[in-house]
Amino acid sequence: MHLCRVIGTVWATVKVDTLTGYRLLVVQPVSHDLTEKGYPVVAVDTVSAAPGQLVYIVKSREASKALEEPFNPVDAAIVGIVDELRTSS
Amino acid sequence: MFIARVIGEVVSTIEHPTLRDKKLLVVEKLTERGDPTGDSQLAVDSVSAGEGDTVLVLDEGSSAGLVTNLDNPPIRTVIVGVIDSIDIED
Repeated sequence: MHLCRVIGTVWATVKVDTLTGYRLLVVQPVSHDLTEKGYPVVAVDTVSAAPGQLVYIVKSREASKALEEPFNPVDAAIVGIVDELRTSS
Repeated sequence: MFIARVIGEVVSTIEHPTLRDKKLLVVEKLTERGDPTGDSQLAVDSVSAGEGDTVLVLDEGSSAGLVTNLDNPPIRTVIVGVIDSIDIED
């Protein structure tokens, strides 16, 4: 599970059926000190996140389990919005 | 599974239903000798690990469902043990 900042939205009318009804957000993975880490990815939103918010995503096969329809072509899903991030280092 | 140290926690009220009563800890990957790698990630806690603990983190989906006894949760990284010591042959 990875911390990410929501930086944008993808609009796609022509897409696989199981993705209809879901928002596609562009997220930038960040480290625990909020510095950017790696490249932005597009993730399906399941928690109504908004641009600018700090969220966390699940990647690979497990991401598809965040949606109702069990079989869907999703490899990144936003599964939570961070209220507070406490780190010691 | 990988070795990591708990370096923080995430508090979240808006989240996927399967994560509602779960504790989310920030873990930093360690080398086998215990040196921090700077690569951090979040993991669901299942052994009441505390800050500063060296832990064993599972990073694979189907077992995550077993450990959290949830049916196919969107969870991959789960803390499955608190490590007491590691012996590496030099």
